[in-house]
Amino acid sequence: MTRLGELERAVMDVLWDLSPGRTDGLMVREVVDALAGRELAYTTVLTVLDRLAGKGMVRREREGRAWRYQAAASREAHIAQLMLDALDLGGSRDAALVRFARSVTGTEAEVLRAALIASGEPNPPADPATPVDPVSPADPATPAAKTPKH
Amino acid sequence: MTYALHFGLTVLACWLTAQVLARSTWTWRSPRVAILCWQAVGLAAGLAAMGLPMALGLAGYDLPTGSALWALVGELRRGAWPAGVTALQLGLVGLGCGIGVVLFTTTLRSLHSAVRAQRRHRDLLTLVARQDPTVPGALVLDHPSAAAYCLPGVRPRVVISAGTLDLLDQAELAAVLTHEQAHAQERHDLVLLPFTALRRALPWLRWVRDAHERVTLLVEMRADDKARERHAEAPLAGALRRFAAADNRLTPAGALGLGDHDLELRVHRLLETGRPPRLLGTAALAVTTTLVALPVSLFLS
Repeated sequence: MTRLGELERAVMDVLWDLSPGRTDGLMVREVVDALAGRELAYTTVLTVLDRLAGKGMVRREREGRAWRYQAAASREAHIAQLMLDALDLGGSRDAALVRFARSVTGTEAEVLRAALIASGEPNPPADPATPVDPVSPADPATPAAKTPKH
Repeated sequence: MTYALHFGLTVLACWLTAQVLARSTWTWRSPRVAILCWQAVGLAAGLAAMGLPMALGLAGYDLPTGSALWALVGELRRGAWPAGVTALQLGLVGLGCGIGVVLFTTTLRSLHSAVRAQRRHRDLLTLVARQDPTVPGALVLDHPSAAAYCLPGVRPRVVISAGTLDLLDQAELAAVLTHEQAHAQERHDLVLLPFTALRRALPWLRWVRDAHERVTLLVEMRADDKARERHAEAPLAGALRRFAAADNRLTPAGALGLGDHDLELRVHRLLETGRPPRLLGTAALAVTTTLVALPVSLFLS
């Protein structure tokens, strides 16, 4: 995993694990404090949060002169989405994944879809106005397409 | 006219070869050769489908299709209506070009959306998948359903669900990991891509659908072979059986999923060891290479 990916993951873990019970999201400062062990600069965390917002993983709302950030979907919803892709139930007909074997039943598919609906839409359309941040994409093979899948 | 006849015969030969390939069972014993044959048939069919209307439209030139096409383009660029070519014939040439453009852009579009889906999938994996000491080099998704797959790309990822970790023992897991790594190393996603694209472009054409399904199965068999080389048959067959059984346990009788028949075929194939049919394979490769050479030589001459 790249360092950037690892940071994104750490920030998302904070948003997921610290915010239950709070619906208003976290300020950048709060995220920085929660990651105190890593000694990250404020601007680094801000960049990571912006990057995550660009990918549609994080929602932000303006509060005064600052932004509040919260996860766009729960961890479980993301896992459900990945499993739908993995079990070829995502409705995509592209050869995006190669599977060992499909082992899924109608009920399982329903459970997965229900998990998605219950935890909110996991793929909100990325804001087209979101500027492409200066951090280069981690993967050289893929163009910087910030559109949601399908 | 002879050239159009050549293209027409190539289309027919492709169709016949595809029928034979789809029905043959020797292909299961040498999946790599069979995949090559399918690729050659697909390429030849695409080129011939382009060439047939073109050659009909260019019949007036009495030149091989490639040279005739150049002559036509030359005349059109000089702004003159090419002598001896009717509007209908020009339309046929346009149709041939159109088929080529459609085939090319569909493949490109398929590649684009696959790359996009993979990117999104990779981003999500970064956030929620974890590493696990029992499956070094692979990522684990905490979900009770059984899934094992490869996210292809320059830096491929092999992903296993927690359900699979529970379902399989250590030897079976190792075999499944090798199977997925074979997909990644041999870029089976790219092998499948043109067939997927073609199926999307022509969903009503049965032999396109057949070709796609055959190649999908052959790709799995090829990866099974790679896993078998490293871990012997038993763990792999065991893993496949467990996947199939996980299905049976949960599905009401008679409502099995799509992959079940293929799963059975793969287990069966692993248990009966047959030598790869070298003679048949070589013959099939020779036939399909000739199929590609025909339209290519007509376009190049």
